[in-house]
Amino acid sequence: MLTVLVDGIASGMLLFVLAVGLSVTLGLMNFVNLAHGAFGMAGGYVCVVLLNRHGVPFVVCLLAAALFAALLGLLLERVLYRRLYGRDHLDQVLFSIGLVFIAGAVVDWFLGARQQLITLPAWLSGRIELGFVGIGVYRLFLIGLCGAIVLALHLGLVRTRFGSRLRAAVDDAVVARGLGIPVERLFAVTFALGSGLAGLGGALGVEVLGLDPTFPLKYMVYFLIVVAVGGANTVLGPFVAALLLGVVDVAGKYYVPQLGAFAIYTAMVVLLILRPQGLLAKAAAR
Amino acid sequence: MFRSVPRRALLAAGATGLVAPLAAPAIAQGAAIRIGLILPMTGPFASTGRQIDAAVKLYLRQNGDALGGRRVEVLLRDDTGTAPEVTRRLAQELVVRERVRALAGFGLTPLAFAAAPVATEAKVPMVVMAAATSVIVQRSPFILRTSFTLPQVTAPIAEWALKEGIRSAATLVTDFAPGLDAERVFKERFAAGGGQVPLELRTPLRNPDYAPFLQRVRDTKPQALFIFVPSGEGAAVMKQFAERGLAEAGIRLIGTGDVVDDDILNDMGRPALGAVTSHHYSAAHDSAENKAYVAAFTAANPGMRPNFMSVGGWDGMQLIAEGLKSTNGAGEGEALLNAMKGKSWTSPRGPVTVDANTRDIVQDVYIRRVEERGGQLWNIEFDRLQAVRDPGT
Repeated sequence: MLTVLVDGIASGMLLFVLAVGLSVTLGLMNFVNLAHGAFGMAGGYVCVVLLNRHGVPFVVCLLAAALFAALLGLLLERVLYRRLYGRDHLDQVLFSIGLVFIAGAVVDWFLGARQQLITLPAWLSGRIELGFVGIGVYRLFLIGLCGAIVLALHLGLVRTRFGSRLRAAVDDAVVARGLGIPVERLFAVTFALGSGLAGLGGALGVEVLGLDPTFPLKYMVYFLIVVAVGGANTVLGPFVAALLLGVVDVAGKYYVPQLGAFAIYTAMVVLLILRPQGLLAKAAAR
Repeated sequence: MFRSVPRRALLAAGATGLVAPLAAPAIAQGAAIRIGLILPMTGPFASTGRQIDAAVKLYLRQNGDALGGRRVEVLLRDDTGTAPEVTRRLAQELVVRERVRALAGFGLTPLAFAAAPVATEAKVPMVVMAAATSVIVQRSPFILRTSFTLPQVTAPIAEWALKEGIRSAATLVTDFAPGLDAERVFKERFAAGGGQVPLELRTPLRNPDYAPFLQRVRDTKPQALFIFVPSGEGAAVMKQFAERGLAEAGIRLIGTGDVVDDDILNDMGRPALGAVTSHHYSAAHDSAENKAYVAAFTAANPGMRPNFMSVGGWDGMQLIAEGLKSTNGAGEGEALLNAMKGKSWTSPRGPVTVDANTRDIVQDVYIRRVEERGGQLWNIEFDRLQAVRDPGT
C-alpha cells in the first residue's frame, strides 16, 4: 500500500520535471510546443551514450544531459522557435510535431530504434526496508532530487528578481517590455531552462520510463495532461497535477490492472470537470 | 473520394498476381530466382529485421547464392513492423512486379495475417520466419513456418515448473495475441498438473511500466512468476524484478525465451542470472552446427550475437533451398510448396521438421538457465523435450 504510494509519488515527480518546461512555454510564451518531449529524449540519449560507451559516472551524465538539452533548447529557440511566436496555434502545432518526427528519425538513424538500457551505479540500485515497506533506492533518489528541483523552481519564481520579471512578463508582456524588462531574453533563458529540465527528466527516466525514438510521442499525452490539469503558468499547479496523476496511474495499474492506462485518463476527465481552470488557478485568472 | 483509386489499383494488382503465374510459365532458365523478404528494418521491431536479414545474407554467402542449381536473388523490403497494410502492399508488389518465387520474413503476427491472402491468391509459398501465434499457418494453405509458436515453447516450462515442485505461479504477459496464447497455454498445462494460478496480469503493449505489476506479484507471493514479453522488453521486466526484490521474496522467474533474448541478454546484467526459460534456440546450444553458425554470424556482424529470430531466418532459407533442390530449381507455386512440406534437416538449433500436414515447425524445446560464462551471460540448456509440436489453438 505504502509502496504503491511512494512509487506513485516518484513517477509523478519525474513526470513533473519532464513536463514543467512545457507548462512554462505554454503559460509564459503562449506557445504550443509539442516537441517538448524531444528535449527529454535528447537528454536521455546523452546520458545513455556517456554512461554506456564512455563510462562516465551517472551523476555527471545527468548534468551533461541537462546541459545538452538546455543548449539545444537555446539554439532551437534562437534559430527556429522565435519565428513562430507570433503565428497561430495550428502553425505552432504543425511545426513542433514535425520537429518530433525529425528528432525521432535522427535518433533512429544514429543509435537505432531499440530500447536503451542503462545500469545504475550500485549505490542507487536495490531496495531498502523501512518498517513494513520496501522502497527502491532509485525511487527515493528520484523523490529527493525532484523535490529539491520543485522547491528551487518555486522559490526562484517567487523570491528572485528573475522570477518577478518572469511573472511580470507572463501577466502582461507589453507593459513589461515598456518597463524595460528584456522580455525576449527572458523567453530564451526560460525556454532553455525548461528544455534543460526536460533533458534531466529524460535522463532520470531511462531507468523508469524506458527510452527509444518514440519517446516524445509516447509521453506527449502525459505531459499535456499534466499541463492541462495543473494549469499553465504556475509551478505548483503542474506539480500537484503530476503527483496526482503519478499516484493514480501506479495505483490503477496495481489494483485494477484490467483497466490498463485508462485510470489516468479518467482522473484527467474528472479533474477537468471539477476544475476547468486548472488545479490551483483562481477562477478569474488571466 | 480519392481513396477509391488506389483501392481499385490494388484490386487490379491482386488480379494480375492471380493470373500471372498461369500465364507466364517457366521464365527463361538462366534468370535468377527471386525471393521477396519482408522485414521490419526500422521502427520498434528493427532488431528482429536486422537479425533475420543478417542470417539470410550469411546463408547466401555460405551456400554460394545458388540454390538448386539456380542463382538466387533476395529482395529485401522494410515494412516498419507496425503497419500491416504496408506489409500487404509490399507482398503484392513483390509478387506482381518482381515475380518472386517465394515470400519470406514477417516479423509479427498481424503482418503475417496481412500478407496471407496475397500468398493464397497468387499461389506463392510464404515462409514465416518470425511471427509466433499458433493460428498463422491456418491463414493460408501456402504458409510454412520456420520460427516457433508460443504454445509450443510455453507448454514445456509449465511442465518443468510442476516437476520442480512449484505449485503456484502468477502470470505476466503482454496484452496482444502471442501474449494471450502464452497465458492460456501456461494456465491450462499448469492447472492440469495440479498447479494454481493466483494472479494473471496483462501489461499494455506500448509503454509498459512494469513496477506496479511486479509489486502486485510480490504482494501475492506465488512460488514463481511466468513471464512473456516480446523480444526487447525483457530487460525492463528483469530490472524491476530485481529492484522489487522478488527473488529475495522467494519468487522464481520463469518464462519463454523471449524474455532473455540473446540479442540483449548481456545488457540485462546480473538481474537476469538464474532465470529459467524454455525456448527452441540458445546461442549457447552445444552442437557443431551451432558453433559454426555462431562463429560465422559474429564474424560477419561484429558485436552482434545471433538470437532465435536469426535462426528462424537461417532455417527459412534452408527450407526454400531444400524445396528448390528437390525440384531442380524449377519449382514454383504449388510444386515448390509441396516440395518444401515435410522437409527435415539439422539446424543450428537442433533437428527440425516442417510438418507435411500442418506446415508448422516441429522442433526440440530446451529448458535453459541464465549463467555467466567467460564474462558474458548465456542461456545454458540443461533439459530437452524432443520433437515438440504446436499444441494447437
